[in-house]
Amino acid sequence: MSKKPSEQSFSKSASYEEWRKQRYTSQKERKATYESISFRDQPELVSPDNGGAVKYDEELGYPGEYPFTRGVQPTMYRGRLWTMRQFAGFGSPEDTNQRFKYLLQHGQTGLSTAFDMPCLMGYDPDHPRSLGEVGREGVSVATIQDMETLFDGIEQDRITTSMTINCTATIAFAFYFAVARRRGVSFDKVGGTIQNDMLKEFIAQKEWISPPKPSVKLVCDVIEFCASSAPKFNPVSISGYHIREAGSTAVQELAFTIADGLAYVDHCLGRGMSIDSFAPQLSFFFDVHNDFFEEIAKFRAGRRLWARLMRERYGAKLDASCKLRTHAQTAGVSLTAQQPINNVARVAMQALAAVLGGVQSLHTNSMDETLSLPTEDAVRVALRTQQIIAEESGVTNVIDPLGGSYFIERLTSEIEHEAMEYIKQIDALGGMLRAVEEGFPQKEISEAAYQFQLGVDAQEQVIVGVNKYQEGGEQEIPTLKIDHGPEKAQIEKIKAFRAQRNEAKWQHSMQEIERACVENRNVVPVLIDAVDAGVTLGEVSDIYRKVFGTYSDPGML
Amino acid sequence: MTAQARPIRILIAKAGLDGHDRGAKVIARALRDAGFEVIYTGLHQTVEHIVRAAIQEDVDCIGLSILSGAHMTLFPELLNKLAAENASDIVVFGGGIVPKDDIVELKKVGVKEIFIPGTHTQDVVAWIKANVPVE
Repeated sequence: MSKKPSEQSFSKSASYEEWRKQRYTSQKERKATYESISFRDQPELVSPDNGGAVKYDEELGYPGEYPFTRGVQPTMYRGRLWTMRQFAGFGSPEDTNQRFKYLLQHGQTGLSTAFDMPCLMGYDPDHPRSLGEVGREGVSVATIQDMETLFDGIEQDRITTSMTINCTATIAFAFYFAVARRRGVSFDKVGGTIQNDMLKEFIAQKEWISPPKPSVKLVCDVIEFCASSAPKFNPVSISGYHIREAGSTAVQELAFTIADGLAYVDHCLGRGMSIDSFAPQLSFFFDVHNDFFEEIAKFRAGRRLWARLMRERYGAKLDASCKLRTHAQTAGVSLTAQQPINNVARVAMQALAAVLGGVQSLHTNSMDETLSLPTEDAVRVALRTQQIIAEESGVTNVIDPLGGSYFIERLTSEIEHEAMEYIKQIDALGGMLRAVEEGFPQKEISEAAYQFQLGVDAQEQVIVGVNKYQEGGEQEIPTLKIDHGPEKAQIEKIKAFRAQRNEAKWQHSMQEIERACVENRNVVPVLIDAVDAGVTLGEVSDIYRKVFGTYSDPGML
Repeated sequence: MTAQARPIRILIAKAGLDGHDRGAKVIARALRDAGFEVIYTGLHQTVEHIVRAAIQEDVDCIGLSILSGAHMTLFPELLNKLAAENASDIVVFGGGIVPKDDIVELKKVGVKEIFIPGTHTQDVVAWIKANVPVE
């Protein structure tokens, strides 16, 4: 005999507040607090009367339309999937060229170059400071000849290439375009991206030559050159990735990155460039961390915030100027050396968040990257993860499928507003250049990183396999071994290269670079000619050191 | 009666071109909070500079953080330069992304311990207390 349902079981709460009082608070929760990985207090539920309501036209709009919350293209992944761009580089240019070709054969659709530390800090392979580092964390490229080898057999007008390089970005950019010119590829056909974001170097990644001010000038030289001569190339990838990896929260990542972007915009406007002449070429790069919804909301909030700033603060007229186009990479810092195979699961969820967040290109980390540079097998699993999301999961069928979720919309608005509060604080300090000189974002990040570690130590932040569910005997997976071979060979190669070049032409080129720096002219056109005449990466960097001075770490804790 | 033990003095160092300083800074703060005296070199130091700083600051141990892959070059160089300065009594430990096989090799040449990512900060504190003698 069934029991007649009582009338009460159909009763409805009239509001969120009533529901919470009547139904929720009498129940037991599993934990005392519910926080995101960024220490954000999370509500148990979001409803239309609890921050989940959304003004559709003003806050969301349709995909491909201002304020681009739902995506920068009208068709999103129904038109074209994101670019699967695995970051690669190690050893000699020959070694990395082979890895590039391997990745292209396996269905990767764009290239991304990791340079070694000497390149990233402005030293040739035979400099004493390069000892032990040549070709270790990335590929060694010190001359135009190295760049030619690196892209041997790869068509620069068909494959887009991203180059992760910053204080020496002007030089790598010159190598790449000088190679294109030698091959007869016109600059307007060369597509790609160069990271070239110095402010986040001082904030987080810490690779620099000269102080912040001249560094920003060099960044903007590339922006200016691309605006006039290389319309398909993204001259900067304004990066939150390193900020997040250094320990920031999601909001700090977004706020500091956008504030960096504003600083470049201000500098370019100061040169007399118009906003719509360069803003469409600005691109971004964010981290995708563990907290699934927070990450999705971060991308949506970032698009809306950038669009509003471009239009409201700078009076941008073009839609293209307001679009925050972004690359994303799964969070290297979230991977564990313990039980490394678990990293495949982490990467898959992070990658899914990036796709639901609407990114334009994506790098998925390999499971072995806390142990060493990745093996080919590990890279393939990472790439396949993207392909599974793209072609098996069905999430690409519908644009912005989480749009309208009460929780996602509230979180998007909160992150946007909190990031804007930081931007106002930075404005009050006189902009990001000044804020960086004063160490403001650096201190905020250090603090967040330390708080996070305390949370991990106290097991408030769970890391599976590290502070919970540990195993005794460690899982063993194969790791990549790089021998010292490339270092010796690269040293011999650059010595031979210097011996062969035309001394008079080289001398003249060196003088031209120095003059352009001293006279505060755009260095890029001069560099393209100079590297073609044999000037090396370390030699240009020495001119920067001489003219612009050097920067060293204040070593703040 | 024994004199009260003075606090252990530690130099946290970053060498070479490596710019990853999150771990070094977090560890430095955790060690300081644990009552040690901690000096942080900042980034991009040469090994000579680290040895000089260690001697000048009269530290008991050096924690060298390396995430660039240059550990097999920099740790032996540090130990050799300490020996050349008759400062081999300074305990050298390390942290960073260092493969297991390399840890074995580095311990053979005199690095006392290497902590990899995921280490509890209190484990580092306990290790220092147990392994760094103060007279």
